[in-house]
Amino acid sequence: MCLGIPGRIVTLDDAEPRSGTVDFDGLRRPVCLAYTPEAEVGDYVIVHVGFAITLVDEDEAAKTLAVLRAMPDAIEMELGT
Amino acid sequence: MKYLQEYRDPVLARRLLAELRATATTPWTIMEVCGGQTHTIVRQGIDELLPAGIRMIHGPGCPVCVTPLETIDRALAIAARPDVIFTSYGDMLRVPGTSDDLLALKARGADVRVVYTPLDAVRIAQENPGREVVFLAVGFETTAPANAMAVLHAAASGVANFSVLVSHVLVPPAITALMDEPDTQVQAFLAAGHVCAVMGWTEYEPIAEKYGVPVVVTGFEPLDLLEGILMAVRQLEQGRAEVENQYARAVRRSGNTAAQDAMRRVFQVTDRTWRGIGPIKASGLALSPEFHRYDAEHRFAVGDLVTRESPDCIAGDILRGTRVPTDCAAYGRTCTPRTPLGAPMVSSEGTCAAFYNAGRTLEHR
Ligand code: SF4
Repeated sequence: MCLGIPGRIVTLDDAEPRSGTVDFDGLRRPVCLAYTPEAEVGDYVIVHVGFAITLVDEDEAAKTLAVLRAMPDAIEMELGT
Repeated sequence: MKYLQEYRDPVLARRLLAELRATATTPWTIMEVCGGQTHTIVRQGIDELLPAGIRMIHGPGCPVCVTPLETIDRALAIAARPDVIFTSYGDMLRVPGTSDDLLALKARGADVRVVYTPLDAVRIAQENPGREVVFLAVGFETTAPANAMAVLHAAASGVANFSVLVSHVLVPPAITALMDEPDTQVQAFLAAGHVCAVMGWTEYEPIAEKYGVPVVVTGFEPLDLLEGILMAVRQLEQGRAEVENQYARAVRRSGNTAAQDAMRRVFQVTDRTWRGIGPIKASGLALSPEFHRYDAEHRFAVGDLVTRESPDCIAGDILRGTRVPTDCAAYGRTCTPRTPLGAPMVSSEGTCAAFYNAGRTLEHR
């Protein structure tokens, strides 16, 4: 039960509590969006037991990857490439 | 898939490992709290790739493992009633009670149904007005907001035949209890990213300060874990003990305030016994008085429960990180995921099941 996975909001429903459809790499599931009132169609959210618990911040995601990609590669260094 | 695949890149993993090797000058012991992280670390063999001396110990963060035996026995007693439809997350079905489990009960004809979200349980109650629908509300701060919403939704829609058997647990009191043990080996924590997505990380700041222990809020993919370990080792090497956030794409310092508000409305903090570990003060959530009428424990008076654990199981030591599954005489012999003697063998987030599924044997060590 405890795994959260990211997915992209594809529709918002007119329902109480706030809900919508989230696409998980092709698999679509209804998700409660009551705890992400600011989330819009196209946003990525992390979903736990059918609830979006947080928005994925695209800028922060890009920053983390940029830091990792900027690290020197041990093997490349050794081979002098 | 976006936000998963990028964080599994083997080239970047190699760079992180090289950086870690260059950073670590002396042995360190780090605990990952969350069972989801244990699963990834063991399955990917991350703990075995780390530079010599960096040791990961696996913490108590598996909700399936720490739900008290008494709650499981109570669930079994309620689920056996003919007027009840008992609903639960799928991974609770095989958890051994004192003499039974929910799956066996279901096989004997009890109406036990697996739901993906607690809102499904409310819907089942609406569709079955003549039956009592009970949901087994367990888990950490990640599942508590969902269960809070199920209760709020049932109340708002006037669904009276719905109730919850609540046994929520909280992470900060558990890691405080671990640090208070005289023989604790933990020098740094990887905090569970999704718990912090809900709660933020301000609760961990006094813990880092009081115990001089670095806490790194960490995600769940291999690169997240490697970066979290690197950040923890950097702090240890530099003599710092701060709360840092590796999982910035999903976690903000104050967490999810809408979810916290709902939790505060529906639940109140209570003492809780952790299976295998024992009682920890103010480490759980129970329904607040306003929602007392949705409490299955009161709705279905279940007589005195006599609970008894398997005498072979050393789950308590596993959950505290003082022993590993291969130290257990039952591991892989009488205890397997198909025939679990203890809760850590049930869910893939449990340390024993994670070891078993990765094929770890005594020789392996
Ligand atoms: S291997 Fe089985 S019996 Fe041994 S500690 Fe793990 S769950 Fe308990």
